Amino acid sequence: MIWQQLLNGLTLGSTYALIALGYTMVYGIIQLINFAHGEIYMIGAFVGLFLVVNTGLNIGVALLGAMAFCMVLGMLVELIAYRPLRGRASRLSGIISAIGVSIFLSTLMVLIAQTNTRRYPDIFNIQTFQVGDLQVSSLQVIILVVATLLMIGLQLLVQKTRVGKAMRACSQDLEAAYLMGINVNRIISFTFAIGSALAAAGGVMVGIYYNAVWPYMGTMAGLKAFAAAILGGIGSIPGAMIGGLTLGVLEILGVAFLSSSYKDAIAFGILILVLIIRPQGIMGQKITKKV
Amino acid sequence: MDALISQYIDPYYLRILMLIGINIILALGLNLITGVTGQLSMGHAGFMSIGAYTSAILSMQMGSPFFLSLLAGAMVAAFFGFLIGIPTLRLEGDYLAMVTIGFAEIIRVFFLNFEPGGKAVGLSGIPQNTTFVLVWTLVIIIIILNAKLLSSRIGRAFYAIRENEIAAEASGINSTRLKVLAFTAGSFLAGLGGGLYAHYMYFIRPQDFAFMKSIELLNMVVLGGMGSIPGTILGSVILTLLPEMLRIVAEYRLLFYGALLVILMIFRPNGLLGDVRVYDIKKKLQGKKVGLWQSSN
Repeated sequence: MIWQQLLNGLTLGSTYALIALGYTMVYGIIQLINFAHGEIYMIGAFVGLFLVVNTGLNIGVALLGAMAFCMVLGMLVELIAYRPLRGRASRLSGIISAIGVSIFLSTLMVLIAQTNTRRYPDIFNIQTFQVGDLQVSSLQVIILVVATLLMIGLQLLVQKTRVGKAMRACSQDLEAAYLMGINVNRIISFTFAIGSALAAAGGVMVGIYYNAVWPYMGTMAGLKAFAAAILGGIGSIPGAMIGGLTLGVLEILGVAFLSSSYKDAIAFGILILVLIIRPQGIMGQKITKKV
Repeated sequence: MDALISQYIDPYYLRILMLIGINIILALGLNLITGVTGQLSMGHAGFMSIGAYTSAILSMQMGSPFFLSLLAGAMVAAFFGFLIGIPTLRLEGDYLAMVTIGFAEIIRVFFLNFEPGGKAVGLSGIPQNTTFVLVWTLVIIIIILNAKLLSSRIGRAFYAIRENEIAAEASGINSTRLKVLAFTAGSFLAGLGGGLYAHYMYFIRPQDFAFMKSIELLNMVVLGGMGSIPGTILGSVILTLLPEMLRIVAEYRLLFYGALLVILMIFRPNGLLGDVRVYDIKKKLQGKKVGLWQSSN
């Protein structure tokens, strides 16, 4: 029973982690809570759905298509709504601008797709394996594998490549990175692209897993993922992964052992408790403030 | 008085004027927390809902007089603001933002499952006691008290915390105590606004106080100009009118609303009246007069 819940929790948590990564990477570099990120995730789910239904593409190709589409969208959002504010506005203005984008995108999707819930067609021939007491669906395996691969890929990108090194430099000190000859704007753009692609992958997989895609799915998922990023310590990439998995597992356990009508409250309650005990999150570093 | 007003003002405009008044009260509360003291709160609607539900339940089920319900709603909201303030105000910036979002969501889910509050269906049949005169009298009183507070020693200390907390502490300001005070006072106003809202709308549901409502209130504070009373009032007026004026574009309304937020932030990143205080305007005007007099000599 508990192992089953744990598996379900890990599946949910890995999708939270994928979205949380986008929050944390953007935050790490420009200290902006990108509230439009949940909407990117939602649009990713819709693009994947569109590609599967209307062009009959293979789901793997549709996943890549959704990721590519959201990459461009994320960069576009950054270019239009955040770049003009950078360096000359308080951080709150950035947040309001992000909220504006979020309202814009979700309304746009309502206008295009109406508010009703769509479903992915039944093309996946989902099988369930029995491993001991555990019921494992092939879909869960796929989600866990894809999420793990994406996270390993991200880790390699950030730690081993030149662009990754530039990203790390930017998150340490934007100005110093600029003086070292790093094209800061391009790195920020790139960060948005990567974060958005991960969110789109999360969107497509959640859409298939829960068999539901609708224009407002981004709001709660975005908040939960932001909570996961905070839980892990915002700005830290491993933190977002751990935070996402922790939140997913605890939420499923809370629903299983407490009450399902308090599902959303459980996630946030845990978050508040953790932050009271450890204000910088699980992996976050304590920053000593200087005058 | 109220009868006179409802005779001469079209009900539609009257409704907008009422909502503007209630939003000013709510936004001034948030302005104390976020605009003046600089503590980013994204869960103001949570405190508003506490005031709304408390006062509505008291009025409907306990038969308490309207003013008592209003006051009780505001007090309970203030108490929760105080309670949540103590442990969480050690957190900074965006961590605090997340906790306030989380707290508001927990309250919303609580009311979704709260039997006396009608669960997801909400409460209807709340006596419509909120009148035009009452709302605007309260608005004027609150503006005056706010202005007095902000030009007092405590108000200065609030601004000092926003500008530089360490420097403020070094100057002998007990920043934790003052942050809790700002949070409590802001929550009180949120509860008051919630009570007025409930007794005006006749009907409340948990989703009326969801995340988007908190964001709407935050927009009012930021759009008008953080920390400025005239700015907050202007922001409340504009953002209450804007959705009404955008009715002509019908279903594209929210599309425009979102785009306008982005455009406004690009062109006025510090709000329309960023940090304009009545005091500064007065000084500027006086300064100009002095200048004229000097040049004419």
